[in-house]
Amino acid sequence: MKTKMMSKILTLTLGLVSLSLSTTTIWAGPVIKIDGSSTVYPITEAMAEEFQKSKGGAVKVTVGISGTGGGFKKFCRGETDISDASRPILKKEMEDCYLQGIKYIELPIAYDALTVMVNPQNSWVTSMTMAELKRIWAPESQGQVLKWNQVRPEWPTEPLKLYGPGSDSGTFDYFTEAAVGKAKASRGDYTASEDDNVLVQGIANDKGALGYFGFAYYIENKDKLKAVAIDGGKGPVLPSPQTVENGAYQPLSRPIFIYVSTQAINKPEVKEFVEFYLKNAPTLVPQVKYVPLPPAAYAADLGRFQNKKVGTAFSGVEAVGLKVEEILKREPKL
Amino acid sequence: MKDLKTLIARRKFLDLLFAIVGLLALMVGVFTLLALIIDLALDGMSRLSLSFFFSYPSRFPEEAGILSAWVGTILVMFVTATTAVPLGIASGIYLEEYAPKNWFTDIIEINIANLAGVPSIIYGLMALGLFVYKLHLGQSVLTAGLTLGLLILPIVIMATREAIRAIPTSIREAAYAVGATKWQTVQDHVLPYSLGGILTGVIIGLSRAIGESAPLLTIGALTFIAFLPDPPLQTHFPFFSFEWLLSPFTVLPIQMFNWVSRPQAAFHLNAAAAGLVLLVMTLTMNGVAIYVRYLFRKRIQW
Repeated sequence: MKTKMMSKILTLTLGLVSLSLSTTTIWAGPVIKIDGSSTVYPITEAMAEEFQKSKGGAVKVTVGISGTGGGFKKFCRGETDISDASRPILKKEMEDCYLQGIKYIELPIAYDALTVMVNPQNSWVTSMTMAELKRIWAPESQGQVLKWNQVRPEWPTEPLKLYGPGSDSGTFDYFTEAAVGKAKASRGDYTASEDDNVLVQGIANDKGALGYFGFAYYIENKDKLKAVAIDGGKGPVLPSPQTVENGAYQPLSRPIFIYVSTQAINKPEVKEFVEFYLKNAPTLVPQVKYVPLPPAAYAADLGRFQNKKVGTAFSGVEAVGLKVEEILKREPKL
Repeated sequence: MKDLKTLIARRKFLDLLFAIVGLLALMVGVFTLLALIIDLALDGMSRLSLSFFFSYPSRFPEEAGILSAWVGTILVMFVTATTAVPLGIASGIYLEEYAPKNWFTDIIEINIANLAGVPSIIYGLMALGLFVYKLHLGQSVLTAGLTLGLLILPIVIMATREAIRAIPTSIREAAYAVGATKWQTVQDHVLPYSLGGILTGVIIGLSRAIGESAPLLTIGALTFIAFLPDPPLQTHFPFFSFEWLLSPFTVLPIQMFNWVSRPQAAFHLNAAAAGLVLLVMTLTMNGVAIYVRYLFRKRIQW
């Protein structure tokens, strides 16, 4: 009697679940699934917004933020159509994709400039060399380089407090590669946060602070932060759309990417979305405070996409200081 | 005589002292909540307008709204309630009225008490493994609803048991005395009398679930959703559809989380406004819970 009632309830619940499962097969309207880097997110979000408007809601686009690494995990399992990435695909991820039979087309879509920032009350720093950045951030400096005068003798003995993104971020990978010389090699005694607003607040309230993150967060908080000009060997250069575009702000400007699954291209809505993306990038990318690629680069992207040139131009290793033209000239390989 | 008076005066003073300390302790909680609401209101009030409720998220902070978020929240809560309520009430009735007192029941009881204390992110990890990967339900309204349903299941079970336990044994004995079976007793007496307490527990459980973001982020809830799930009612045969259950979704806490992490300060105002909406929803639900309890208490006449 008791068990009968319980089993009835159980059957009912299972029935409901299977009923809803059976509806999986009939899906109303196509959905484009995108996930990945939080750095690329604002651009993809703008594209998704405009694309859905232009299609009058006939195509649905979803965009998630799992980080570049998390995005590639889903992408290589075949769960997403497009992956946002703030660095090229790595060897381990290439293997994962290969094992699942996922092929992809790599498309650089904009520039981001890693910006090094100090507190506005910091009157002594205006520029820094890459060697000085290395001195600050190298793993050996942990617990050693704690005062500004240890970086450059004429700077005051003010304590040096560091702020930066956490180790899961593509920004962290690129900065360490560019400044220290090895991806993911960094001292650990700094305030790390995946939320860039935490870093903004930290630097804005600490006179001895130094930190780095994407240009978009700097430009929105210009009144609270002071950008440091970076000397990559040819004199100090401040980050700006112009210096990024003409290649003067090196090596801290980097291309950011989308990866499109070849399985997804067979769906007409995905093909249309990627073409829309490349066509509208020159107008929409600056709106969300990123630096667009030169028009020729988008044309090359489109060619690469339409000819289905699969693979990556980086063979799974992070590269620093490359111009997008050089990347697009390389033949992509799986 | 004088000693006695000073003694009384001292005790009265201690009494007053404790009342003051107690009041201060209470004020800490009240003022924190009040400060939170006022802070959110000051930031978010300017963004609250009709278009904020009926616009999709956008890259322009002043055009962005919470339409997909609040619709998602309501749908997810609906799924949560439809799973957790029947399961929770049935479990509660079984444990209180039917279960024999033995070691097996003890183990179940200990487990339920423990489940109520498990951090919500653990439920998210379990849901990711079970619902998303094993059952292939995807990052859908259904997955989210089931996850939050499991999360509040222990709360519903506990509330049901408390409510049932509050009913005097004499009521049951009276029912048995006139020849009622156990189920008849439960159906006609135990359940109706305890419904007020059960509903209160359910609503409190739901108002916990509505603010959860950790388990939903774990199952991979998406952040940019600028469309609504398919409507459950349709103009053509068979006139209803369950497709909304498998639709991608976003909810208010996730939309807030997204806006808070944006560089533009204007998005932070949107987050405050969304937080205000969420807070009002939660407070309303708690208000309804109190009213329901009052209604049912009034109806019971023993």
